[in-house]
Amino acid sequence: MRKPYLRQAPGRELADYPEGTAYTAGFLTAKNAGWRSVRPVLRAEKCVLCLRCYLHCPDGTVYESGGALAFDYDFCKGCGLCAKICPLGAIEMETEGA
Amino acid sequence: MTPTAGTIDKNEYFFGHKACAGCGGSLTVRIALKILGPRAVAVLPAGCMSAVGFNFPQLAFLNNAIISTFAGTASMMTGLEAGLRARGERDCTVVGFAGDGGTADIGLQALSGALDRGDNILYICYDNEAYMNTGVQKSGLTPFGARTTTTPAGARVRGNVREKKNMLRIVAAHGAPYAATASVGYLDDYMRKVQKAAGLRGVKYLHVLAPCPTGWGIASDETVEVAKEAVDCGLFPLYEYEGGAFRQTVAPKGGSIERHLRRQRRFQHLTDEDIAHITVRRASET
Amino acid sequence: MNDGCAQRAFLSGNEAFACGVRLAGPKVISAYPITPQTVVVERLSEMVEDGSLAAEFIHVESEHSALSCAMGACAAGVRTFTATSSQGLLYMAECLPYAAGGRFPIVMMNANRAVALPWNIYGDQSDALSQLACGWIQAYAQSAQEGLDMVLLAYYTAEHPAVRTPFMVNLDGFHLTHTYEVVDIPARADAEAFLPPFETDNRVDFDEPKNMAFSAGPGHCAVFKYKQHAAVLRARAVVAEAEERFARTFGRRYTGLVENYMTQDAEYVLVTLGAVAGLCRDVAAQLRRAGVKAGVVRIRYMRPFPDAELTAALESARAVAVLEKDISPGRAGAVFSEVLGVLAGRPALGAVGGLGGEDIAARDVHAIFDRLRAGETGVYFIGIGGVTI
Repeated sequence: MRKPYLRQAPGRELADYPEGTAYTAGFLTAKNAGWRSVRPVLRAEKCVLCLRCYLHCPDGTVYESGGALAFDYDFCKGCGLCAKICPLGAIEMETEGA
Repeated sequence: MTPTAGTIDKNEYFFGHKACAGCGGSLTVRIALKILGPRAVAVLPAGCMSAVGFNFPQLAFLNNAIISTFAGTASMMTGLEAGLRARGERDCTVVGFAGDGGTADIGLQALSGALDRGDNILYICYDNEAYMNTGVQKSGLTPFGARTTTTPAGARVRGNVREKKNMLRIVAAHGAPYAATASVGYLDDYMRKVQKAAGLRGVKYLHVLAPCPTGWGIASDETVEVAKEAVDCGLFPLYEYEGGAFRQTVAPKGGSIERHLRRQRRFQHLTDEDIAHITVRRASET
Repeated sequence: MNDGCAQRAFLSGNEAFACGVRLAGPKVISAYPITPQTVVVERLSEMVEDGSLAAEFIHVESEHSALSCAMGACAAGVRTFTATSSQGLLYMAECLPYAAGGRFPIVMMNANRAVALPWNIYGDQSDALSQLACGWIQAYAQSAQEGLDMVLLAYYTAEHPAVRTPFMVNLDGFHLTHTYEVVDIPARADAEAFLPPFETDNRVDFDEPKNMAFSAGPGHCAVFKYKQHAAVLRARAVVAEAEERFARTFGRRYTGLVENYMTQDAEYVLVTLGAVAGLCRDVAAQLRRAGVKAGVVRIRYMRPFPDAELTAALESARAVAVLEKDISPGRAGAVFSEVLGVLAGRPALGAVGGLGGEDIAARDVHAIFDRLRAGETGVYFIGIGGVTI
């Protein structure tokens, strides 16, 4: 799977900047995890990998990995859409840091 | 074959963006790019999706993407398509993602120009029914009754007093080869329409209902549910325009208009009379 | 119009310009008609139709879309042309700094015309001179020949990797766009030898995708602006390089950011721009014969601004006048304001003339020199007078 990913922020010297407003696509320097007050947690025994949660995630942070559902907690904003859309109740939203 | 959740492109083309949690617009963009793939060139005018996707050095598009002027989505798409063709590039799709203001208001003239010329582009309007990026002001696609910061609901005026412009009919009147409405509440239908549109020549227009939790006053996990409800209760019918004819693609499952409106903070001031008016309007539209 | 071999032809400024565009071979042309630019887009449409120009002519619905479309084509990586004038330039104004900041080396012809209100279709320089800060290179032609040649020079300079900045070539509306002269049209092979193909990495690339025309916050924005400024300043050297190469290829030599006439020992110098410079030189020649040390500087480039060239040309000047066809109400003409910066306090007189197509006659130019020699300073309107409050 390819997606924009975290990299070292470009330097702050003049030469480090592009000449115009064009730069490498999918270049990320900051996570979105700090936005979250709740996090999705999988109840694996209930999940049948229908992937409705994956399809409906506005941030693309739910994915299938090795036959199981996984969350990219670096970029999940905790919106809860995945839990809401799941017909089997296999995702629960838990308070961060609880 | 329309992709499903299991078969759709696993790559994420719009990722790491700064859209609000539960944003319907970002889901609209993400899904379309998964259908169109790495040879899509995205054009986004000033608005939510450009603001959240392109803040150097945080650049959230995996594919080629560019911000256009607010009014210039369609015209920049035209230039890109012509330029890519001149360079001999084949099998690429120039796709635009503009909001309701960028489409129905400030960008309508440029869109009309592209429709007139019959340029080979795919224009997707993510309709969240107000200028959300600037903090929820009325656009030409804000529905009757909605409270925005420029159509406040008070004792004298109860929110927006005008109906939504009918973009699908406006586009159809230009003789577009394909136009359709869609909703993030019915992603299968949306995905099928994106795929179909990508295979046709000329200006293809998709108008996608994309709820904004912030502007509509709903919870961040209700985006999809509310978008589906809008279709089911008949307020946002899903149509396809092709070969000069309109066709409904999803039969509404029914549902209470009142319940749908009252759960959204932007409609909470509506009287029973207002809701009756909206219900009658709905009946005359469909 | 033959398109293969060098030839001479009797052409209007607009027609000559269109011939220059054909020689440069843009792949995409997007333009909206406006008087007095119209003939350019008509000729280019004909050239596309008859196959002598392998470009796509896009019929946009406005000037805003003309430049927006040109930016799209340029972002796809192909050479692009547009043309406008007056209200059209102002209507596309949002796209001007956009194209400059995006470093899209589009070449645009602007037929200088008055700006409403009052409505007026005739020539003056109010349109382009109101847009000096938009980040484009700005050049002003004096003749149809120079206009044609400037198309090739403009693409060379704009697309040069050290510059990569859009370029606006200005032709005085009607005075230049609609008057005829004998023009040398270069051979296509020579034009191709002069102008390298357009190469840029500032474009859509399917192997190394780009995110373009992005936002940059307070910590980064100024760096992009600084780089733009530096690039336009580098255009000084590239203009010289282009003109040298042009002279070798075509045998016609231009003079850089300014063109001086008898400024060597001049005590009274008139600075101007555009087609009226010829008249100014005639008057200066007459004054020389009468023993007055008069000179003329024709500004060819307002951006990059010719600070060093003006400083040198005005070295012997006791007083300097500026003749220009625009006014920034409440101040002066834009050129006057800029020239003041190199005068080191010497007396300066601003003559505003030609507004809305008003003729400027030899006696008007004589009067400028008379006022200058009488020690007059400040700003006055030719034929009307100064404003005292």
